[in-house]
Amino acid sequence: MSQTSQVRASSPWWIPTAVAALVLALLCGAMIGPAGPTWWRVPLELLNRLPLLTINSGVTASEWNIIWLVRMPRVVLAGLVGATLSIAGASYQGVFRNPLVDPYLLGVAAGAGLGATFVFTINRAGSSTWLVDPLPLAAFACGLGAVLITYVVGTAFGGERSSTTLVLAGVAVTSLVTAVQAFLLQRHTDVMREVYSWILGRLSTATWTDVRLVVPYVVLSSTVLLFHRRLLDVLRVGDDEATALGANVTRIRLVVVLSATLGTAAVVAVSGLIGFVGIIVPHAVRLLAGASYRVVLPLSLLFGAAFLIMADIPGRILSNPAETPIGVVTAFLGAPFFLLILRTRQASR
Amino acid sequence: MTSLNLETVSVRYGQRNAVMEFSETVRPGEWLCLIGPNGAGKSSLLRAIVGIVAFTGNIVVDGTTLRDRNSRRRAQLVAYVPQAPVMPTDMNAYEYVLLGRNPYVSHFGSETMHDNSMVDSVFDRLDLTDLAHRQLGTLSGGERQRVAIARAVAQEAPILLLDEPTSSLDIGHQQQALELVDKLRREHGLTVVSAMHDLTLAGSYADRLVLMHEGHRVVGGTAQEVLRAETLAEFYGVSVHVHHEPDGTVAVIPRRSLRS
Repeated sequence: MSQTSQVRASSPWWIPTAVAALVLALLCGAMIGPAGPTWWRVPLELLNRLPLLTINSGVTASEWNIIWLVRMPRVVLAGLVGATLSIAGASYQGVFRNPLVDPYLLGVAAGAGLGATFVFTINRAGSSTWLVDPLPLAAFACGLGAVLITYVVGTAFGGERSSTTLVLAGVAVTSLVTAVQAFLLQRHTDVMREVYSWILGRLSTATWTDVRLVVPYVVLSSTVLLFHRRLLDVLRVGDDEATALGANVTRIRLVVVLSATLGTAAVVAVSGLIGFVGIIVPHAVRLLAGASYRVVLPLSLLFGAAFLIMADIPGRILSNPAETPIGVVTAFLGAPFFLLILRTRQASR
Repeated sequence: MTSLNLETVSVRYGQRNAVMEFSETVRPGEWLCLIGPNGAGKSSLLRAIVGIVAFTGNIVVDGTTLRDRNSRRRAQLVAYVPQAPVMPTDMNAYEYVLLGRNPYVSHFGSETMHDNSMVDSVFDRLDLTDLAHRQLGTLSGGERQRVAIARAVAQEAPILLLDEPTSSLDIGHQQQALELVDKLRREHGLTVVSAMHDLTLAGSYADRLVLMHEGHRVVGGTAQEVLRAETLAEFYGVSVHVHHEPDGTVAVIPRRSLRS
């Protein structure tokens, strides 16, 4: 009798499928764009660049620069952002046992928005000569700070094991931070347009520097979250029963929330607020491959990366040469999907 | 077999005392049943033993106080089936029972072959093999209760706590669930503490009953000693007829107060 093999039987093909989807998305991202070489030459040139392989792809040096310095950083950054938002979203849904929360729940988005607003209102133009761009730093620090305040306030008032008070504290902190941001913007209406364009999210200015900036956080946060995938399954039976099963619920929630927030704050700092990814991708994964977090977390990471790379492509082409912000594209796809999930969940009750 | 000593255990929720200085010794392999009206503190006491609510006093398992154990070690000693177990509808029964192995899996590890074969054997012993791949959302009340008990069995803890194990079941499934617990108790030498409302069932399965009222331990002993019409009238405020069967079973039959 081998029930064990059957429990995991749902998953063996999903990881390779997700990897294939990601590779395909990476290739599409590298091949498609308004300028640059004919699309089919790009994969040949990429192979040519691999060691020990020489293929004459007919791509000129300047065309290669378009691929390597314009398209690739953007594609890779989209992948990192999509992967992080998706795995962070899935983890948040796990620790709060609520399928409709996203990684912005505890105020990271509002905090990052306030940080960005600070930079724009204080002196954006002046900071261009600085050694380090203060915008992602301020967004990162304020995003993380907002969540820490939420956590401290939530646990101080809610006892040590209440996720409801944590969520409510998140709502309060988000409103407060948004109010401060609105106040600042009212006094500096000149920067409103820039702030809103930042909030809508964009990957168009991506460089390898951005990629290098976020990689450590993304790797750290995803690794910690992946290590918690079995424990997130334990939490599915609720705080009380998870405790009775020997899980340290408070510590698990703290570690998961902080790692997910760290990753989210880092990607928000370089890409702005890209909505719905953290909800759509984990749910699509659940519908396809089952609800166990052992499957949901790694698949969200891979499909999330593939999804955001693909979602970035219409933005580049639609209103060329102007860009459609990627946050608009994901919200356009995400909002109907969100309603669909809501409907199917209610139907299943 | 493992003993359980409760030494002046108290549980407070804010200003309200749910359990007041409750002391009791549960002998190894014994089935102790807590009875008492709603709000008497039965569930709170069970939740204190399993570590879900904070308490004062001491809870000692085989000579070591539970407070000195970490949460995983405690879960290896005490398994708990709540009154209404949380059953994620999209989890299958096998995954659910496998959660019972959590106390034996290292923090970031995953279940070993042994854990899986252990769970297989639990499904086998409890005759649940047909349910293993069903989603929890599709199970009936009786099936859910058996799966919840199976998870506690997979935990391999010598002490089993059951909060109202029969409250949502029909009379046949009530008997089935309690027979299962009794069988497990005999086969594995489990020490069982349950909270129950059905006094007749409590009296016929448990070795000893303890009556609780407003957080206090009122009286303890065999069914014959505890299930007396005067006692029940005083603490439940009911009028009952207590009927003694020749085999020692004590049946508690509520009486209508007025007949027109």
